[in-house]
Amino acid sequence: MALMTRNPRHQTPRPNRTDATEDGTGRSVATVTELHRSFGTTHVLRGLDLEIRGGEFVALLGRSGSGKSTLLRSLAGLDPASPRELTVHGAVSVAFQEPRLLPWRTVEDNVALALANGPLRRIRREHARRSLDEVGLTEKRDAWPLSLSGGQAQRVSLARALVSKPNLLLLDEPFSALDALTRIEMHRLVVALWKRHRPGVLLVTHDVDEALALADRVLVLDQGQVAAQWSLAVPRGRRNGDPQISAIRTHVLEALGVDAGTRNPRTERPTESGAA
Amino acid sequence: MTTLVPPQELAEVTAEPAVRRRERRPRRRRRAGLGWLRRWVSPLLILAAWQVLSSAGILTEDVLASPLQILATATELLADGTLQSATATSIGRVLSGFLIGATAGLVLAVVAGLSRIGEDAVDPPMQMLRTLPHFGLIPLFIVWMGIGETPKIALIAMGVAFPLYLNTFAGIRSVDRKFLEAAHTLNLTRRQRLRHVIAPGALPQALVGLRQSLGVAWLSLIVAETVSADAGLGYLINDAREFLKTDVIVVGLAVYSLLGLLTDTLVRLIERKALAWRS
Ligand SMILES: Nc1ncnc2c1ncn2[C@@H]1O[C@H](COP(=O)(O)OP(=O)(O)OP(=O)(O)O)[C@@H](O)[C@H]1O
Ligand SMILES: [Mg+2]
Repeated sequence: MALMTRNPRHQTPRPNRTDATEDGTGRSVATVTELHRSFGTTHVLRGLDLEIRGGEFVALLGRSGSGKSTLLRSLAGLDPASPRELTVHGAVSVAFQEPRLLPWRTVEDNVALALANGPLRRIRREHARRSLDEVGLTEKRDAWPLSLSGGQAQRVSLARALVSKPNLLLLDEPFSALDALTRIEMHRLVVALWKRHRPGVLLVTHDVDEALALADRVLVLDQGQVAAQWSLAVPRGRRNGDPQISAIRTHVLEALGVDAGTRNPRTERPTESGAA
Repeated sequence: MTTLVPPQELAEVTAEPAVRRRERRPRRRRRAGLGWLRRWVSPLLILAAWQVLSSAGILTEDVLASPLQILATATELLADGTLQSATATSIGRVLSGFLIGATAGLVLAVVAGLSRIGEDAVDPPMQMLRTLPHFGLIPLFIVWMGIGETPKIALIAMGVAFPLYLNTFAGIRSVDRKFLEAAHTLNLTRRQRLRHVIAPGALPQALVGLRQSLGVAWLSLIVAETVSADAGLGYLINDAREFLKTDVIVVGLAVYSLLGLLTDTLVRLIERKALAWRS
């Protein structure tokens, strides 16, 4: 259904979206305070608190239906939230599980569309090409999206998300539809791009190992709140077999209720530790 | 003689019983080479038979003129300019009717497609009216507008408006929400969303509507001109009917179908160009 409602940013109270200074590393790019979201009688988010800093890579885990996408949609401005609940500093970009490229625009035009309100057409194209180059798809710039493989389409989606130099990059299970090999390539690519552009990243994933391999901080969403979080001090690339990471993995799985034998009652959440 | 069989054909062939294999191979080869020619054989035979029957005096001219006679008449009508001016008059009617009907259909579809209020206001009457066979309106149109140009153009416009409205409206509504959300996260303005998401997303279905509506336009023209006409292809045909000039009638019909074919080909070309992204 394609109802043309006016951009909700103009009609509902919108979260504060200030224009951040160029390099916001370390500064807060998103602050969520007591965020509530419910659909009818289901309370999905119940007073969720979260802060994401510039340049920080955060992974969000949680069982299916725990509200991960709901939180992401609020941060993306797709669902209304009051300025009291949610503040985003600077530009936000999103890459979804399905790449959502416009099939009737070429790859390059899809990327350039992210700058539609920005610079001149010539400069837009230049930026789009550079961004496609970064994800290794220069030769596909004139291709139609329907002719791309799933991994290529997802890379274009990343290029489109990054071309506008966002301060906050939201990724909603962007790799879950890809095969294992492609996924590993995508992990490398995302980390490389993140190191180059240094946006704050919120990555929603179902894959605990993915979260542990990529993130600075891992959150578990449960009962509408951040139920637990861990900071990972071990550098990326050296995490395989690291005892500290293994220990955290056990805790994360426990928090997710995977290990049914030792599952905590809901009231007894794992202790919160890590970044504050 | 040994023939090379492409691997996939070999697999297909060997999977079949031996008896069928033998009869199938030669048939395939012939079809690949002369396929297009084969399609012309039977029409030409029918034409030849028609000519023979006419020449033998079995098929008389007041029933159906011979192909050669029709060809001669067509040449004659072209030479004195009768056919051209009649065709121009008819095309003029279709064009005005189409422009009016298409504008109405498109505007209504956009109004209904882009807003809830628009949908509530426009869609119910359109859905009710569409069940009405629009040729049934001819008596009313004659009562209201007489038998001049106006009722003809109105009939064509009516016929054009509905398929275009229904398909464009459906096309707008079928645009995937996910693309609209993506457009939203890219901070596209309302106008940009219309241009980059909704219009191209609705286009395939709208073109289906365009093709239907052009078909209806020619049909409406023929009906309107048959009911009454003082100029145009329909007049040519009606006039010929009075004098049992079947050759002129056939020439008129041939022009009608050529025009229909022409617009259909035109839309197909537009489709191929505008929907290249689908291949
Ligand atoms: N538009 C909506 N209308 C009604 N209910 C909704 C809507 N969106 C989400 N929900 C409900 O909110 C809850 C959380 O959904 P959400 O999509 O955020 O979960 P998730 O954590 O992303 O799950 P998954 O891991 O399966 O993607 C679910 O129970 C879902 O049914
Ligand atoms: Mg989800």
